[in-house]
Amino acid sequence: MKLYLKYISIHLRCAMQYKASFFLTLIGQVLTSFTAFLSMYYLFERFSSIEGFTFSQVLLCFAVILLSFSLSECFARGFDLFPNMIGNGEFDRILIRPKNEIFQILASKMEFTRLGRVIQAICIFCYAIPHSEVIWTFDKILTLIFMIIGGFLVFSGIFILYAVLCFFTLEGLEFMNILTNGAMEYGKYPFSIYGKQILKFLTYIVPLALVQYYPFLYLIGHSQNHFYIFLPLIASLFLIPCFLLWKFGVKHYQSTGS
Amino acid sequence: MKSYVSFFRIQLTAGLQYRAAALAGISTQFAWGFMEILLFSAFYRADPNAFPMNFSDLSSYIWLQQGLLALTASWFIDTNILNTITSGNLAYELCRPINLYHMWIIKNMASRISKAVLRCFPIFIIAAMLPAPYRLSFSPNLFTFFIFLFSLLLGFLLINAYSMLVYILTFYTLSPVGVRIIWLAASEFLTGALIPIPFFPESMQTVLKFLPFAAMQNLPFRIYSGDIAGTEMINSLILQIVWTIVLLLCGSVWTNRMLKKAVIQGG
Repeated sequence: MKLYLKYISIHLRCAMQYKASFFLTLIGQVLTSFTAFLSMYYLFERFSSIEGFTFSQVLLCFAVILLSFSLSECFARGFDLFPNMIGNGEFDRILIRPKNEIFQILASKMEFTRLGRVIQAICIFCYAIPHSEVIWTFDKILTLIFMIIGGFLVFSGIFILYAVLCFFTLEGLEFMNILTNGAMEYGKYPFSIYGKQILKFLTYIVPLALVQYYPFLYLIGHSQNHFYIFLPLIASLFLIPCFLLWKFGVKHYQSTGS
Repeated sequence: MKSYVSFFRIQLTAGLQYRAAALAGISTQFAWGFMEILLFSAFYRADPNAFPMNFSDLSSYIWLQQGLLALTASWFIDTNILNTITSGNLAYELCRPINLYHMWIIKNMASRISKAVLRCFPIFIIAAMLPAPYRLSFSPNLFTFFIFLFSLLLGFLLINAYSMLVYILTFYTLSPVGVRIIWLAASEFLTGALIPIPFFPESMQTVLKFLPFAAMQNLPFRIYSGDIAGTEMINSLILQIVWTIVLLLCGSVWTNRMLKKAVIQGG
């Protein structure tokens, strides 16, 4: 853990070397998610609600997904950039060091510009929390925290899966985009609006709905099922198959040479 | 002229090599389009009267947008060209006895076309076979379709002229990310790539109509389904032509000015 903190401070200082570029990128990130927010605002101004959810309720959903995705993009960035690591032999160097390889990948890359979106997510929370008509009792706060942590873990799992695929092929990985950026983009709205089939897929295969939809129902009072509070924790079990696949991938890894 | 044709062909064949990537791209684009349509149909169920265009027109709009993404996306930037500027290879480009602006815009067009050609047809064919309101429907008549092609061509020129401005901007900033992200995020929003322009509030729409952004993808895609027709169509087409000429001229003049004081980077 101490080593990880040291890595964080190195990466931070590294990013601060190019201050202007760093802050411009940060602003760019804020602007990108701000335009997403604005589009949503326009749509709700026109239609006022979607499947019975109001604007401020959907904003809660948006903020949770945005926050957990950006955190995971910031800290699990190494897996996102994994094709490069394999390509330039960096992963070979990692394997010969006497530390866990997952730890090293997590520590080797951090993308602090993604914090721009975290700031944006916090701003949305500041607006949505008082406006959502949720009475913030202890269990609701707990639900929200679980949602964010669960989302962070599930997205990290998806990034690991992406990296696992890189062991076998470097081509045609663009479709993973649907599960990363796509999930972020469409996860702004409660998953139920996309129909039953999509909801089933996101419940049983990639458990994003366990993080977003079900606890969200409890949060805004559409459901009284207390079990929903803990669903994000169950969703975190998604990391186990990801981790096993990762082990399998490392075992079958053949260096790319050069 | 001949040298530009060969630049075009080289870039095109290079782009056509990436077939596996194209296959992945097709499935990704298809999934995005599908989710987008599901999202809008949920809004449609919420309040059909507030919907600013026919649902089937919107479906066609979304499928055209997904299929022709590489042609019309404002964020599509050829990183090779950017690297030329930041790495200093620009010096070699300048040795060639041809106009830099023309060469770059040709390259940019070719790489966009090569990406789009591989992807658009499978997407269009599958999208045309979907059930009724969700599918890509055909243009109401052949005349509209030809106007669509004409407008698409102009929009394509316009978007390339616009991308060129981004490259020229890189001369000033050199930091390839910061400014570009801001610039592209704004233009993506204004072209109607996030939500189609008819979904913007009225006041925004009236302003946007006169900006070049609306002519990039919004205009051709809406002409296709007959959503824009009659005098409105003719006026928008004239505006589209004007903007295309203005942006092309600006870029060309600006490049030549720039090159007089350009500093070659790297070594």
